[in-house]
Amino acid sequence: MAHRTTLRRKSVNTFAAGFLAFLMVFPVLWILLLSFKTEGDAIKAPFEILFNTGWTTESYSTVQSRSDYVKHFTNSVVIVLGSTFLGLLVAIPAAWSMAFVPARSTRNVLMWMLSTKMLPPVGVLVPIYLIFRNLGILDTRTGLVIVLMLINLPIMIWMLYTYFREIPGEILEAARMDGARLREEIVHVLIPMAVPGLASTMLLNVILAWNEAFWTLNLTAAKAAPLTAFIASYSSPEGLFYAKLSAASVMAIAPILILGWFSQKQLVRGLTFGAVK
Amino acid sequence: MGHICLRGATKSFGDTQVIPPLDLEITKGAFVVFVGPSGCGKSTLLRLIAGLEDVTEGVVEINGQDAKHLPPAKRGLAMVFQSYALYPHMSVRRNIAFPMKMARIPPEEQERRIADAARVLNLTEYLDRRPGQLSGGQRQRVAIGRAIVREPEAFLFDEPLSNLDAALRVGMRIEITELHKRLATTMIYVTHDQVEAMTMADTIVVLRAGVIEQVGGPLELYHSSRNLFVAGFIGSPRMNLIHGDAADRFDAHTIGIRPEHIDIVSTAGVWTGTVGIAEHLGSDTFIRVAIKGIAEPLTVRAGGDANHGYGDTIHLQPRMDFLHRFARDSTRIP
Repeated sequence: MAHRTTLRRKSVNTFAAGFLAFLMVFPVLWILLLSFKTEGDAIKAPFEILFNTGWTTESYSTVQSRSDYVKHFTNSVVIVLGSTFLGLLVAIPAAWSMAFVPARSTRNVLMWMLSTKMLPPVGVLVPIYLIFRNLGILDTRTGLVIVLMLINLPIMIWMLYTYFREIPGEILEAARMDGARLREEIVHVLIPMAVPGLASTMLLNVILAWNEAFWTLNLTAAKAAPLTAFIASYSSPEGLFYAKLSAASVMAIAPILILGWFSQKQLVRGLTFGAVK
Repeated sequence: MGHICLRGATKSFGDTQVIPPLDLEITKGAFVVFVGPSGCGKSTLLRLIAGLEDVTEGVVEINGQDAKHLPPAKRGLAMVFQSYALYPHMSVRRNIAFPMKMARIPPEEQERRIADAARVLNLTEYLDRRPGQLSGGQRQRVAIGRAIVREPEAFLFDEPLSNLDAALRVGMRIEITELHKRLATTMIYVTHDQVEAMTMADTIVVLRAGVIEQVGGPLELYHSSRNLFVAGFIGSPRMNLIHGDAADRFDAHTIGIRPEHIDIVSTAGVWTGTVGIAEHLGSDTFIRVAIKGIAEPLTVRAGGDANHGYGDTIHLQPRMDFLHRFARDSTRIP
């Protein structure tokens, strides 16, 4: 009896989880579907589209001929890797100091950093835009690297802080006794021990930075525009654009989707680190 | 090498002073054990010497040089931690090599010293394993190996044996003592186990609440404990402490007599009591004897084949030469 009950409960759970997953991924699947339809078909009623239309790759060729995918892709990659690398360079020492030499105000600093994520970005758009204009880094990759690094920094520091806290302080003290200077202690002992944590922090940051649209759209025009701007350029107030917009979206999210798929184990482990043990 | 001296050293965490001004001199080549109950500041004291904590006031001198501005790495001391603190991502070989790598010792010399240490510590076949694949005793030996290859001025041990099981602990105790005899390097060893202190030390420093209660050789502490705390802490089983009328007879506020210094006599002795629980260890028997007029039952050591039954009446005679007398302020009356 007991066995059958668990089996039934298991299948119910599996079904519920599958249904939820389907709901979440549905918009992405719908975009994928629309990208293979003609503009005329793409605005038909959903059931029509599903059962009564043909398939075409016309939108992909149009998108490719109309804009420079490679340029946008390169911009995205440069901005994402640049901001992640720069972010780690700042976040590792910051998280080290808060995890291993906490001061009375450490807790407050952490909360304060988190609170910056509660601020609506549009609230600081004008000042940042003006600063960028005065510094001459509007529509440059450098500018975007800086701004993306800054907005993701609190999350990186928080994640690394949580990992570092799990590393026994005695091991770092042992390194200090063994003659390691601060830099050697971090490079030879802390970082190798924190590799899983560093990897998931990097991955999460890559995903966040790749998908970031607000700042990338507002601070770029043509030169440094990443894939988010590439998608946005296919949305227009009039005319038919659903199929082309969908094709552009698929092209923009495919790389990060594939990366996410292959690293999901690492990501889940990273995000739940310390929660279960 | 390895002369360490503390002068008026204090340590406070916030407003709490864990170590009041303290003076201590550790001569080179000595095996000094800091012993005391948990929370007595013995580990803090070791960390002050190591440089892992800064003294709040006062001076720590190493070989006559003020160590105030010397980071742990520059003090020439090696430390073995309670948790072993091995680097989990490195092989045993790289763990042992790490301090030499930091000191930029040439690779051939590193190899030679690793081989030496591994031979001495029986680690040769484990050099390519990770710490996670070793037993507790082996990890402990790796930690010691990592300490000796540096050829430090002094070794600091922070309760290194408390994570080992009882049998292994006895073995490691002997190994560490032998290591000291062979290297003749200063060793400072922290423990809460008075048996470790008694068996290993040249000099024992008994600490309570950050204050040094007594410094001396094991037998000096055993025979002439300066106060009640030391008398009660050193020796196993504990010294019997007797207050009240029974002590007044000896012109003392409290008298102390160790279980091994009480004889069971056939005719009337100083005390007459009733036998309680007897613990048979084979070599010895420890008998609890309840005595009228004395609050706590006395522990008496008898021969291994003692067969006093529960509830029997026996007579006890303390050896007067080994009777310890303490005044009201708990200090020893000479």
